[in-house]
Amino acid sequence: MSPTMRGTRRMLAVTAAAGLALTMAACGSDDGGDAGSDGQITLKVSTFGTFGYDELYKEYEAANPNIKIVASNEGDLGKYTTALTQRIAAGSGAGDVVAIEEGAIAQMVKAADRFVNFQDHGFEAGNWVDWKNKQATTPDGSSTIGLGTDIGGLAMCYRTDLFEKAGLPTDREEVSALWPTWDDFIKVGKDYVAKAGGEAKFVDSSTNSYNSILMQEAGIAPGYTYFDTEDNLVFDSNPAVKKAWDTANAILDADLSAGLKTFTPEWDAAFKTDDFAVLGCPAWMTGNIKNNAGDDFAGKWDIATIPGGTGSWGGSFMAVPTQSKQQEEAIKLAKFLTSPEGQMSAFGEAGALPSSPKNFDNPELKDFKNEYFSDAPIGEIFIDGVRDLKPVYLGEKNQAVRDAIENDLRSVEQGQRTADEAWQQAIASAKAAAGV
Amino acid sequence: MSDTLAPVQPAQTTRPAWRVRLSRLDHKGSPYAFVAPFFIFFGIFGAFPLIYTFWVSLHDWPLLGEHAFTGLENYQNLLQDAQFWNAAKNTLGIFVVSTVPQFALALWLAVTLNRKFRAQTLFRVGVIIPNVTSVAAVTLIFSMIFAKSFGLVNWVLGGFGVTAIDWAAHTWSSWLAISLMVDWRWTGYNALIFLAAMQAIPKELYEAAAIDGASRTRQFWSVTLPLLRPTLIFTTITSIIGGVQLFTEPLLFAPGAGAIQGGTTRQFQTLTMYLIENGFTRFEFGYAGAVAAMIFLLVLIISLINIWLVRRLVGSD
Repeated sequence: MSPTMRGTRRMLAVTAAAGLALTMAACGSDDGGDAGSDGQITLKVSTFGTFGYDELYKEYEAANPNIKIVASNEGDLGKYTTALTQRIAAGSGAGDVVAIEEGAIAQMVKAADRFVNFQDHGFEAGNWVDWKNKQATTPDGSSTIGLGTDIGGLAMCYRTDLFEKAGLPTDREEVSALWPTWDDFIKVGKDYVAKAGGEAKFVDSSTNSYNSILMQEAGIAPGYTYFDTEDNLVFDSNPAVKKAWDTANAILDADLSAGLKTFTPEWDAAFKTDDFAVLGCPAWMTGNIKNNAGDDFAGKWDIATIPGGTGSWGGSFMAVPTQSKQQEEAIKLAKFLTSPEGQMSAFGEAGALPSSPKNFDNPELKDFKNEYFSDAPIGEIFIDGVRDLKPVYLGEKNQAVRDAIENDLRSVEQGQRTADEAWQQAIASAKAAAGV
Repeated sequence: MSDTLAPVQPAQTTRPAWRVRLSRLDHKGSPYAFVAPFFIFFGIFGAFPLIYTFWVSLHDWPLLGEHAFTGLENYQNLLQDAQFWNAAKNTLGIFVVSTVPQFALALWLAVTLNRKFRAQTLFRVGVIIPNVTSVAAVTLIFSMIFAKSFGLVNWVLGGFGVTAIDWAAHTWSSWLAISLMVDWRWTGYNALIFLAAMQAIPKELYEAAAIDGASRTRQFWSVTLPLLRPTLIFTTITSIIGGVQLFTEPLLFAPGAGAIQGGTTRQFQTLTMYLIENGFTRFEFGYAGAVAAMIFLLVLIISLINIWLVRRLVGSD
């Protein structure tokens, strides 16, 4: 090989490889369902995490022999939302019925023209609590793009065996009475840590409490978190944010946090230890606890009310993208899945708390006792709080800001910054994440 | 051949002109046709995305919603973006921390493997094994090894009375852990490339050096290293490209929500992670495109510096 040729090849290699760096991930796509020649219709349904729809799919296919449901599920919510957003933007590949999480719905409402407006297709608002509908409706009220599935009513899960060892009450009503406010909660925590001794901490992480408190406070007033309803960043002026931040820092100051990062393998593994005793618990969290802690811990958990009143964190919607070629059938399926009866089926299968007020008085839900959680009356605990909740608006870039703020809070937890330094940093992070 | 050629010569005049032209085209054109598939594929999968990304970077381009042409505004903002420079610093820092010991180790391995000893092939194959394992699997296992509360490293350190280190929490410890993951995969690979180059060095050179009284060390510095120059340039450039694109290791080092930020104070967020954060967490494709263009520029600059540096250091031919 001549030196010049070597030189040229070298430059080519550099250019080609640098070009690779430039190539951003392309998105795969496949077309939505097609009607076969025999009138057979295939509907693609995309969900993430656990929706508890397997029974419903079977039921629907049995009742509609011409429909075939192809369900796909992604475990990681962040990945799912990213892929969905790409496919909605690309105009193909999104599926006929898609799940959208609470944190992503505002972003999708901004692109309401890419989704079927259920108001044009016999939308029965009474099937869902009012605030749930509002989250999936454009600000002018003219278009509703999502039908509610579940809601994340807030409670507090705690370990009865550890409470007993530390000399605290174990009965859920007595425990609830220990912490009407977050200040009381911190006092109980200090008491627990002192009595438990060793490395034992009270809560798993600062972020979990922070997110719960933020949704509570925002629900009381002003009805939004990082962005106001016009999507202006109000991170440093919203008292609800500051209150949640300060309370989370008070928990850290009292040295109550085990400092785990939620939804990581380390966090999962810690459920099999005695490292922490309580956990902020939206309804869907009960599933995580059961999976992570396993059978050895059955009956060692119970559920009390959350300090500081009610709230909801999490929950999803089903939507039909306009790119679907089977819109009419997809709309029917979405309605079926999210109907009060469909929600009860999902509750039975996966514990997803129904968002339909028609179910709140259903004895099947009201009297349901969760065996794993010491027979706690889950329905009663979660439902009481969510009935009269006010909607909380989560801005278009909620997820990006939330990720950034959680990280800044964690930097206090890991001792890299003081609470004040982290707050100043959080203001900057929020601006960067929101792109202002 | 010669007697078949002879009658052809006069016949050429009677041949139709288009056939002559066709034959000439075949002669001159076919090499291009043979290399064309590469360039067509490169055009579609390399050049087009490259140019299109640059075009996107000149816009305000949210994933959902209206696109607006903004010229060089994204670049202007990027130059003042502390998070971008932080990512650049981390990328270069981790590159240096990982590559310098990696090359020293790879050279040492290559020299060792170049000697005659039993089960040579076994050891030579052995060093490449880490490279054929999945990067995600390697990272997950290393994350477990460096875990704070139940990790192997902290357990060993605990035996020496060192308190548990939260490896992901500090800049130095996270860079060290990530560099170790990179080195685990790439040291053997580079060692094999060095080894191949060493075996191509004529034995006579060493014999001559030995006769002149050069020790083994002297032979390494005066014969082996200068002749490895082209190989060093190649491996350095592939390392730079790999280093600037470093993504999976730091991403999976601290998994979970917000993993793309590379630690609580962004202490190990690399440039590609910042690119993806802008593209797929903030959904600002225009800005992400500008980051991509800057990465391109960075690779180009470092590669040129590298070529110049290696020439200076190891002498030129």
